[in-house]
Amino acid sequence: MEKKTNSAELRELATEKKIKRRNFISFATFFIGGGAAFGGWKWLYNSPEETAGVTAGARRPLRRALNKTELFFRRIFSNEHEVKTYPKERAAKNVRVNSDIGMNNDNFNAEDWKLSVVKSRDNTLKVDIKEIRSLPKTEIVYDFKCVEGWDQIQHWAGVRFIDFIEHYQLLEQAGMEYVGMETPDGAYYVGLDMESALHPQTILAYEMNDQPITDVHGAPLRLIVPVKYGIKNLKRIGSISFSNQRPRDYWAEQGYDYYSGL
Amino acid sequence: MKVIHEKHPLAIRWTHWVNFPMLMIMIWSGLLIYWANDVYSVTFFGYTFIHFFPEWFYQWLHVPQRLAEGMAFHFLFMWFFTLNGIFYVFYTLISGEWRLLLPNRHSFREAWQVLLHDLHIRKMIPPQKKYNAAQRIAYTAIIVMGFGSVITGLAIYKPVQLYWLSWLCGGYHLARIFHFALTVGYVLFFMIHIVQVILAGWNNFRAIVSGFEVREVQVVIEHVEIPAIVNPEILPNAKDAKKGKPIRQKSKIPANLKPKKADGKKDQ
Repeated sequence: MEKKTNSAELRELATEKKIKRRNFISFATFFIGGGAAFGGWKWLYNSPEETAGVTAGARRPLRRALNKTELFFRRIFSNEHEVKTYPKERAAKNVRVNSDIGMNNDNFNAEDWKLSVVKSRDNTLKVDIKEIRSLPKTEIVYDFKCVEGWDQIQHWAGVRFIDFIEHYQLLEQAGMEYVGMETPDGAYYVGLDMESALHPQTILAYEMNDQPITDVHGAPLRLIVPVKYGIKNLKRIGSISFSNQRPRDYWAEQGYDYYSGL
Repeated sequence: MKVIHEKHPLAIRWTHWVNFPMLMIMIWSGLLIYWANDVYSVTFFGYTFIHFFPEWFYQWLHVPQRLAEGMAFHFLFMWFFTLNGIFYVFYTLISGEWRLLLPNRHSFREAWQVLLHDLHIRKMIPPQKKYNAAQRIAYTAIIVMGFGSVITGLAIYKPVQLYWLSWLCGGYHLARIFHFALTVGYVLFFMIHIVQVILAGWNNFRAIVSGFEVREVQVVIEHVEIPAIVNPEILPNAKDAKKGKPIRQKSKIPANLKPKKADGKKDQ
């Protein structure tokens, strides 16, 4: 009988020991893991900013992630996927104005405005607004989306970029990977991947709500690229160029995603 | 005497603790994005009950003017949040844990009893296995919510390329509202979860870190003289007895759910 009690005690002691050991191992792992995670977070949070180039202003690993994510989602991109359109009546009468960067140049004269299309280094095509208006007109009523999270149904009309390309025989240029567009004063500029630029709903717009575009909305000609966030929808286009490298992009230099596609 | 009772498998503990910081980062970076256009409020009949969020809240979190940063973090950690969730769901499916997690036909009635018990209205503890009915509902709901967050997130992230997802969520607007509402849901879940964990005590908390619970078992040592020779036929597991293995009742728990022995040699 004595022996039995002893063995019960022993078993209890063994269990006690086992509990202690396992507690120690798991909590040590827990705190070391937690510490490592916290360290990793600190590293990420305080990691140096990327070297300023076409993109800037973002922490290095975050920019890498943005670019990788872009590659992933560009695989599902298809020009067949069109933006949902709405009846005209749904379009906002008071169209939201969110930015005037590139439009503060007092010397700008709408009458003298001509669109410059850089075909090659020493060949620039100049097109005036009359000519653009004479090209086939396309209308679109769609939900304009901003990175800030707001959206608004807007009504725009102009020439499809793909029609513009075909009309001015820019197919060779359109074989390149990117399009760059800038305001006449060069203060605002965007870079677009060619697929998005050639999307059937991308237009060079000169009308909003059936009226010529007002100054605050980018008169005389602006970009409407429904497959991108608002930041890519350049107002008052001054020049268009083509390249195989990513053109400079205003918001990508401020830490935003270069692609900014929808 | 004390007995070690295995409770949470490693994969469950791992996904639980990975999810915690992931969700925190997603909520925080989501706030950085939300601040750029903080339009949501709960308004009934012209009276606003809640506006998300008061100014001091933003100041306290240093949220303003960090949209680009918020997006960058959100679009990086969405991968880990999603993958961790997928891993958890697959694990529960493959291991059979889902049987303990999914609410069954009694759960909704029992959950009410759990609530009454937790509020100290009802004395008797409702029946439960690993999780009680309220837990089953809550832990399944949180998975549905996570799924909802990923779906609505994608719907507002790629509304053109994943247009059918946007459509499924009731459009871009509604998807954003759902996405936001789910975030509020996580915060509420978290608060209740923490209170419950504190109430449940140390043993319960330890289980999600170390995997085991310690149970107090009444050991009745009976001084029964066991005859030296037993007729094996009268024992429940006659075969085992023949081989000299310890005799035990056949368990009804499926093999994959059976608590593992931490150390086979020391098994009593």
